[in-house]
Amino acid sequence: MLQITNLHASVEDKEILKGINLTVNAGEVHAIMGPNGAGKSTLSSIIAGNENYNVTEGEILLEGEDISELAPEERAHKGVFLSFQYPVEIPGVSVTNFMKTAINESRKANGKEEMPANEMLKLIREKSELLEIDRKFLSRSLNEGFSGGEKKRNEIFQMAMLEPKLAILDETDSGLDIDALRIVANGVNKLKNENNAVLVITHYQRLLDYIIPDFVHVLMDGKIVKSGDASLALELEEKGYDWIKQEQEA
Amino acid sequence: MAKYTEDDLKVELENKEYEYGFYTELESETFPIGLNEDIVRAISLKKEEPQWMTDWRIEAFRAWQEMIEPDWANVNYEKPDFQAISYYSAPKKADPNKTLDDVDPELLAMYKKLGISLDEQKKMNNIAMDIVVDSVSVATTFKKTLAEKGIIFMSISEAIREYPDLVQKYLGTVVPQKDNFYAALNSAVFSDGSFCYIPKGVRCPMELSTYFRINQAGTGQFERTLLIADEGSYVSYLEGCTAPSRDENQLHAAVVELIALDNAEIKYSTVQNWYPGNKEGKGGVFNFVTKRGFCEKNAKISWTQVETGSAITWKYPSVILKGDNSIGEFYSIAVTNNFQQADTGTKMIHLGKNTRSTIISKGISAGKSQNSYRGLVQIGARADNARNFSQCDSLLMGNNCGAHTFPYIESKNSSAKIEHEATTSKIGEDQVFYCNQRGIPTEKAIALIVNGFSKDVLNKLPMEFAVEAQKLLEISLEGSVG
Repeated sequence: MLQITNLHASVEDKEILKGINLTVNAGEVHAIMGPNGAGKSTLSSIIAGNENYNVTEGEILLEGEDISELAPEERAHKGVFLSFQYPVEIPGVSVTNFMKTAINESRKANGKEEMPANEMLKLIREKSELLEIDRKFLSRSLNEGFSGGEKKRNEIFQMAMLEPKLAILDETDSGLDIDALRIVANGVNKLKNENNAVLVITHYQRLLDYIIPDFVHVLMDGKIVKSGDASLALELEEKGYDWIKQEQEA
Repeated sequence: MAKYTEDDLKVELENKEYEYGFYTELESETFPIGLNEDIVRAISLKKEEPQWMTDWRIEAFRAWQEMIEPDWANVNYEKPDFQAISYYSAPKKADPNKTLDDVDPELLAMYKKLGISLDEQKKMNNIAMDIVVDSVSVATTFKKTLAEKGIIFMSISEAIREYPDLVQKYLGTVVPQKDNFYAALNSAVFSDGSFCYIPKGVRCPMELSTYFRINQAGTGQFERTLLIADEGSYVSYLEGCTAPSRDENQLHAAVVELIALDNAEIKYSTVQNWYPGNKEGKGGVFNFVTKRGFCEKNAKISWTQVETGSAITWKYPSVILKGDNSIGEFYSIAVTNNFQQADTGTKMIHLGKNTRSTIISKGISAGKSQNSYRGLVQIGARADNARNFSQCDSLLMGNNCGAHTFPYIESKNSSAKIEHEATTSKIGEDQVFYCNQRGIPTEKAIALIVNGFSKDVLNKLPMEFAVEAQKLLEISLEGSVG
């Protein structure tokens, strides 16, 4: 699904990613953990195509195709989805209208007709039930006046609507209380299948109690320094990141 | 596509031509340039006007000569040379007693290009249209249907001939001849425009619409609209404007007068898309317009405008709330791009008791443009319990444009309640990226954000117009974030 090779990236001449290698196969959940400032959010922004970062070396393949030169919307059309750590507000644009536009733009790019209104409504009903979202919520302006939990749930709702191949969840757990966390995680689990993959970026272990990763990677100072299975996350929770640092220096 | 950046997009769109910038080869009768009393008389004669009308024009002309072009607005431009303009131009084949079959096929082809095929209008939309090209009204549709209800909808030249009493009674009562420099000029030389009268208790069954177009080079357009809603009547009126792309500036100085008698309601919507000039700021229409309404008891006047065109806009649709319990509303979206300058807003003059007014202004600036809101809320000594709510929001794109707000409040009555809210925001890169990430290209993302910003006003437009307005916003702003 996703294959990242020797990825180097910088922002304003400061190198942030220093040679990332990562392979994610369809049907897998990968977690990327690491201390603040390790480059976790940079990695997710770069996969999504944020032009504020310069990729100086390496490649990003999605289903074998190099996407590192594509515009962010083109990557989205190919099935890349990023759940933002800080979703932005767009006043006056309802969640429904936003989703309708997004879905139809992707369909257009993939040579399909616009989604008929009845189909769209059915999809909205289905996905909002899946994520326990009150439909009144969907006529509100996108993220405007939403609580932290509502914003994150809305991100997962959008993911459900767009059915991406690769979903990147950037610090989705931050700002969530335990109930919201459970709902969001359940949503992700329900959406997961053999044909898609999830990349969870998180600082803490607690989200991983609900979304069980197949692989856990530790990102430090722009590099993946350790990989393991779900037990690695528990170990990190217990011991913190310092022991890895020491292991590295040793 | 991969390397196609916003900058490329910007370049492409800057070079994109004004869609309505064509010129139609029409045989026209155009007066020599220049302005003096003889020209004013000649216009009046040409239109076979009664003596009182000629005198009224001359009076206005003499007043105008004594007046000075105002310069308090927040706009910079080279003042037009009023002696270098022709004050009358008419497509030759326009015939006052026309039916659609008599209309010059070239004209019809032009309407088609503008997307307003009269035939189509006739059949599909429930909209009666008056079309003004250069100086004269060339076609009025639906006249018969309206006549059955006693509604008069025709060009003002016809009205002066056919209903002189009505015209004489109301013309200049809301915007007097000497009101301001451009209104005085208009009063002297107006060549056509629309006239509408809705009888007592009649609810006009369709939207009435005027379409203005400047076609001929070197001419000004000075149209005059007079709309009277008699007691307890209702009318919704639409106005649209375009002009060919020309290097020189064209002058448009219109006057619109609305009169809402007791319990009447007038809804007046404008989509103004005059040629804004090219990306270097050359050419474009100077739009100096005086629009004002007068409310008697329990009457309501609502102005809704979407202003995307013109090089310079100077326009303040206002309401005089004379009658007790009358209501004035102003909903505006003003878009400026490239070198456009707009100074627009409203005046709400509260004279009667319990009068209410609402002002919602949305200014969107891009490129190197300047966009100003200028508004006056005035509460008279006798206007007990008058209320006003104003909201002025500005949206900026890029770092080279400006948004300005000049709200004036004058209250002579301590029971008045006046609220004013203002915000300024910028379309953020993060908003655009968020949309991109969901598969929405930048151009579409901007349209979405702008439409969201303007939604409160767009919602006030009649359905047919809202769609057109939305499209216009997109065209005017494409590629302006960078």
